Amino acid sequence: MQERSAVTCQFEGSSEIGVFSCLTNTYCLVASGGSENFYSVFEAELADHIPVVRVSVSGTRIVGRMVAGNKNGLVLPDSVTDQEMQHMANSLPDTVRIVRCSDRLTALGNCIACNDYVALIHPDISKESEEVVADVLGVETIRHSIAGEPLVGTYSVFTNQGGIVHPECSIEDQDELSSLLQVPLVAGTVNRGSGLVGTGVVANDWSAFCGLDTTGMELEVIQSVLKLGSSQPSNILGEMRASIIESLAN
Amino acid sequence: MEIGGETTRSMILCCHCGTPIEPNAANMCMNCIRGRVDITEGIPKKSTVYYCRQCARYLQPPKFWLVAELESKELLGLLIKRLRGLNKVKLIDASFKWTEPHSRRIIVRLTIQKEVFLNAILEDSFTVEFVVLYQQCERCRRDAAKIDAWQAVVQVRQKVEHKRSFMYLEQLILKHGAHEEALGIKQMSDGIDFFFISKSAALKFVSFLQQVMPIKHKSSEHLVSHDPKSNHFRYKYTFSVDIAPVCKDDLVCLPLKLSQSFGGLGPIVIVSRVSQSIVVTDPTSLRHAEIAPNVYWRYGFVSLMNSRQLVEYTILDVEHTGETSGRNQGAYITAAKSSDFGANDNVVLTRSHLGGHLSSGDISVGYDLKSANYNEALIEGHKHLELEDCVLVKKTYPRMNRRRRKWKLKSMVVDADEQVDRGNDREELDREQFLRELEQDPELRLGVNIYKDPAAEDAMTDAETNPDEYPDIPLDELIEGLNIEDGPDEE
Repeated sequence: MQERSAVTCQFEGSSEIGVFSCLTNTYCLVASGGSENFYSVFEAELADHIPVVRVSVSGTRIVGRMVAGNKNGLVLPDSVTDQEMQHMANSLPDTVRIVRCSDRLTALGNCIACNDYVALIHPDISKESEEVVADVLGVETIRHSIAGEPLVGTYSVFTNQGGIVHPECSIEDQDELSSLLQVPLVAGTVNRGSGLVGTGVVANDWSAFCGLDTTGMELEVIQSVLKLGSSQPSNILGEMRASIIESLAN
Repeated sequence: MEIGGETTRSMILCCHCGTPIEPNAANMCMNCIRGRVDITEGIPKKSTVYYCRQCARYLQPPKFWLVAELESKELLGLLIKRLRGLNKVKLIDASFKWTEPHSRRIIVRLTIQKEVFLNAILEDSFTVEFVVLYQQCERCRRDAAKIDAWQAVVQVRQKVEHKRSFMYLEQLILKHGAHEEALGIKQMSDGIDFFFISKSAALKFVSFLQQVMPIKHKSSEHLVSHDPKSNHFRYKYTFSVDIAPVCKDDLVCLPLKLSQSFGGLGPIVIVSRVSQSIVVTDPTSLRHAEIAPNVYWRYGFVSLMNSRQLVEYTILDVEHTGETSGRNQGAYITAAKSSDFGANDNVVLTRSHLGGHLSSGDISVGYDLKSANYNEALIEGHKHLELEDCVLVKKTYPRMNRRRRKWKLKSMVVDADEQVDRGNDREELDREQFLRELEQDPELRLGVNIYKDPAAEDAMTDAETNPDEYPDIPLDELIEGLNIEDGPDEE
């Protein structure tokens, strides 16, 4: 598998690509937009390894903000239609469990940030939903906030390799999160100085997509903390062995 | 997490240059913000300023011309006012950069501050170049055009011996600012000429005169030049305005028909007020009537006797008849000419409307019809007309050596014609009489702006008591703030 760096793209003129897509180690969900462009970028990068699926959630295109998922499963809000759920079940690998979660908070992408082992969740999410998330995604859940904001999915993004948090997140906060999540974290920005990292970046263990406005310096930070590209070639191979083998097995 | 309440802000990399910085609203370092945000945006870097070469003044729009030296405070203020967009930023400093005076360029260096994003304040300095363009100011244009600038003239005339009407008219014009559009004002032998730049300005002035004086006017035009090919005609317009030659306190014999139309008023009447129309009072019947300008000019009567011919009477006895009409009370009055005291015992008995104002011992002025020499044509037509020996006009006061007046009037700038010498003795007398009328008649004062005389302020305090019961203008009617430098003013 060749080394890849983060790719920049745009959804219909918007650089907030995290709103319109959701990327995990085993699948990628993309909003169906007016033009094929956005989808093509993901397809070109990922189609050899994982399914890239065009979906809508509750009739909206903001799939990235509505769903939360990792390689094990996908949690959908209560408002998703049966048809949409059926379409996802047909398109995603069989190993992925797709479950509805009837919580008051429906923008699950904003309320949940997760990798394959651990999930940060909104402090106000109900007990039942927390259990569903832990069960379906196979993760340990941690109620937490980032830089005083409860929307952990908006203000952070992390994979099994590393993660980025909002710039206002204090060093103590980062240290604590880092020890809870067991991945290195860094405060950073996307889309030329935007602190909303969750909406500007989607990433899995071997690829990342950023908004088109993201500057070279920001890309550099993102790649190095997510251990992508040529920054640490040997390390990537060592640390990502598990997921690579998995993707090759598919 | 705020464990122990202590938090350390993390450092991030500037999204452009990678310098470690504390997070801010833009998440950029100051240098990158400065490089990417132009706070001088929207402020023009080039502008123009208009300058009049003849009088060395700069135009402050819309139409004020300001005298300013090069590199002066005033000029800097004027130039900064010309720049739009400066209200959105904070101006820190402004200064001139030296330029060659003949280059017609003025360069101003400005330093401004502006808040960008949330908490970043940027400061920037830049230069603005002003091009000095020449434009002749209104005043210089008039001067350059000489007398030819006027296109219309209003010739105001009154064919009487005195100038009191014009003194009153001058005050009315000043109060209403009617002369502001006039290019020049010229005193002629029996009136004043007002020159205007356009026909419409002259017409406006004529209509102002119509509202304050009983006038008639005639217009004529004089073709100066014409170009039949392009149908251009240049005229000079002349408006000849005649003010009715009848003044306040004049004695008038109404023409028979006019007297009849007022129900047999008079016919010997006193003119009690002159404004847009003429108000006459019959001293015997106490009735009064208002003669509109168009009615007046149909008959065109002139006064039988005028205020120059007034003589002073001392009142010996007042016998009220009991009739009243407004402020007037009818009375039989016995009076003697003040000049006759010690010479003879002549007394006159007359019916007068001044019963309420006069009592024995008072002084009054009136017309001595018995010994008067008047134009017979003025009273012809009336049958059984019996003239009284004397007609009393108004109460008066002993002529004292008055202290200095504590008020002043403004006056217009008037160019005297060569033949007219202003300020001769006769005019001084007229002026004194006009000022006395103002003091004695509150109604007349309504149309006049009277100013406090700052020079007479001290005299006022020590002469507060008024021993001769002379009617004085109350202090609260006086207007503060007559600026002597405003223009020539005289009492």
